[in-house]
Amino acid sequence: MVVSKLTSLYKKILLIRLVEEAVAERYQEREMRCPVHLSIGQEAVAAGVCEKLKKDDIVYSTHRCHAHYLAKGGDLNRMIAEIYGKETGCAKGRGGSMHLIDLEVGFGGATPIVGNSLPVSVGAAFANKLKGNKKVVVAFLGDGTTETGVFHESLNFAVLHNLSILFVCENNFFSVYTHIKERQHTRPIYKLVQSYGMEALQSDGNDVESVYKAASKAIKRIRSGKGPIFLEFLTYRHREHCGPFYDDHLSYRDQKEVKMWFKKDPVKNFENYLLNKKYLSSDEAEKIKTGISKNISKAFQFAKKSPFPKLEKEFEKLIYAS
Amino acid sequence: MPRKTYTKAMNEALDLCLKKDPSVFVIGLGVPDPKGIFGAISGLKKKYGSKRVMDMPIAENAMTGICIGAAINGMRPVLTHQRVDFSLLALDQVINNAAKWYYMFGGQQSVPLVIKMTIGMGWGQGPQHSQNLQATYAHIPGLKVVMPSTAADAKGLMISAIEDNNPVIFIDHRWLHDTFGQVPNGHHKVPIGKAKVIKKGSGFTIVSTSYMTLEIMKALPLLEKLGIEPEVIDLRTIKPLDEKTIFNSVMKTGRLLVADLGHREFGVAAEIITRVSENPKIKLKVKPQRVTSPDYPTPSSPALSANYYPRHTDIALKVVEMLRRDKKEITRLIAEEKKFNKIPSDVPDERFMGPF
Repeated sequence: MVVSKLTSLYKKILLIRLVEEAVAERYQEREMRCPVHLSIGQEAVAAGVCEKLKKDDIVYSTHRCHAHYLAKGGDLNRMIAEIYGKETGCAKGRGGSMHLIDLEVGFGGATPIVGNSLPVSVGAAFANKLKGNKKVVVAFLGDGTTETGVFHESLNFAVLHNLSILFVCENNFFSVYTHIKERQHTRPIYKLVQSYGMEALQSDGNDVESVYKAASKAIKRIRSGKGPIFLEFLTYRHREHCGPFYDDHLSYRDQKEVKMWFKKDPVKNFENYLLNKKYLSSDEAEKIKTGISKNISKAFQFAKKSPFPKLEKEFEKLIYAS
Repeated sequence: MPRKTYTKAMNEALDLCLKKDPSVFVIGLGVPDPKGIFGAISGLKKKYGSKRVMDMPIAENAMTGICIGAAINGMRPVLTHQRVDFSLLALDQVINNAAKWYYMFGGQQSVPLVIKMTIGMGWGQGPQHSQNLQATYAHIPGLKVVMPSTAADAKGLMISAIEDNNPVIFIDHRWLHDTFGQVPNGHHKVPIGKAKVIKKGSGFTIVSTSYMTLEIMKALPLLEKLGIEPEVIDLRTIKPLDEKTIFNSVMKTGRLLVADLGHREFGVAAEIITRVSENPKIKLKVKPQRVTSPDYPTPSSPALSANYYPRHTDIALKVVEMLRRDKKEITRLIAEEKKFNKIPSDVPDERFMGPF
């Protein structure tokens, strides 16, 4: 892989990590008054997949959407402002952390009900087919979605109509505190999907380079009109399901498992790899970090300074389009 | 103006919209099948092809989400359900996405989606094939709900629904499908959110929805014999509610009866009566009343369902009661009518052989 591509991937996963850490750190100020589902530990999937997408390819996401939004190039200022509930937020403060959207860069929206955004993304791909364009849609989902009825309904339709959509499943093994083995048979998710007649693969979700390679291959194939593909990436969330803290004192996750996955930290490992292979010097790495941190500080300043939305008197105008 | 059935009028509206706008498509279970959704879609696949008029998997929830996804990406889908009851499988997508998308993303994308659903009635269809769930949908901000009761309005409201930039629940009643009416030719639109005074009158206002309007028309000759000439408002749109037309009439008459086939509790009739009661400018001469379905599921047996649905006789009796008139004469008229009118209570007319 060319160095410029590796650097670009590094910038992406680092941006996600640093933004999420900043949100976590400032969350206790209690000015971000909405739930946050942080992507720390799962950055590589978002970065690796979105790196290969074009600006007008559309991505839909879930409650854990910060990484996907940033990886697709979503505006940082408007994201932080949204979490602060400000008028300048990407959804004007109506949606909060779980409803990020940036149509200018093809981030079509996130919704926080498990399985809820999945058929919408299939519908976007259906519209592309009806209109006859070559755009690709990406639907991000978690392992929990694969247990819903709408998952079956959506995949069946996507295959039936040979839609240009990539399903990206981030399997982090947990639905809140419940392990996947309490919820599903032990056969892997991608094998379930293969039975729909769809190409489905499983891959390491913590190695951004291999995510990028798998996604590139899939996206190329989809864009050539060969129909939908499902990629299952194994990954792990570092912090609690919802909120800024670590929660392993609750002992719902096996300690060995936790240690193993923390060792597989997608950001640190990739950084070390780039430094060891001399694709990146520590000076360059430091420079990149400083640049990102500056932008994050600016985004928080922007959010804090921005006005709150005005109280809505004529709410009908906000509910119905003219 | 040519006379056409309610079904033909819906068909004509869909035809015109498919012709005019390439982003319109019709999708639903059985859409291209030989029955063509009670005839509403018949012939359209042949005319526009299977990319515009198409069948779908039995997957109401995902299909609704798929239509939403298509709608926010430039299409104007019309999704059909052969029964209102089937639409319940898709409540997540309708309530959480279609109704909220515009608001929750700060007005950036609207959802121009029509969900057409048919209310069944009679012929033993029972608890899960003949519900009136208009109030369920009308409760949700962000949705619009229309229920035309005439052929002309079926055409006009269908065109308006398809051209509206918001999700519209279009509810047609099976017992209206074969009714005839004069239907304007061409691109005839009926505005969403406008009720219609279908009969001018005095001293009494009846507001009705969907099929109940037909029952009211049957009640009018009975009342006329007693010299009672109520004003009748066909609501046409449930949400947004045209309170102005209702207020204007009740302000004049001072009496209000609402007829709706939904259950009594928390229903459309309850909402209208509340709004009239809240209005300080309206002085009612008698407490407002409602004629609705009872608060239990629709039974299947003809013996049980005969008394389930409110009919024109119930309306006539209620009006007389509210006017505090002697009930002897209306009771006699109803008994006399029953002698000549032997139509069973579970079909719209004697010739009706389905499809149900």
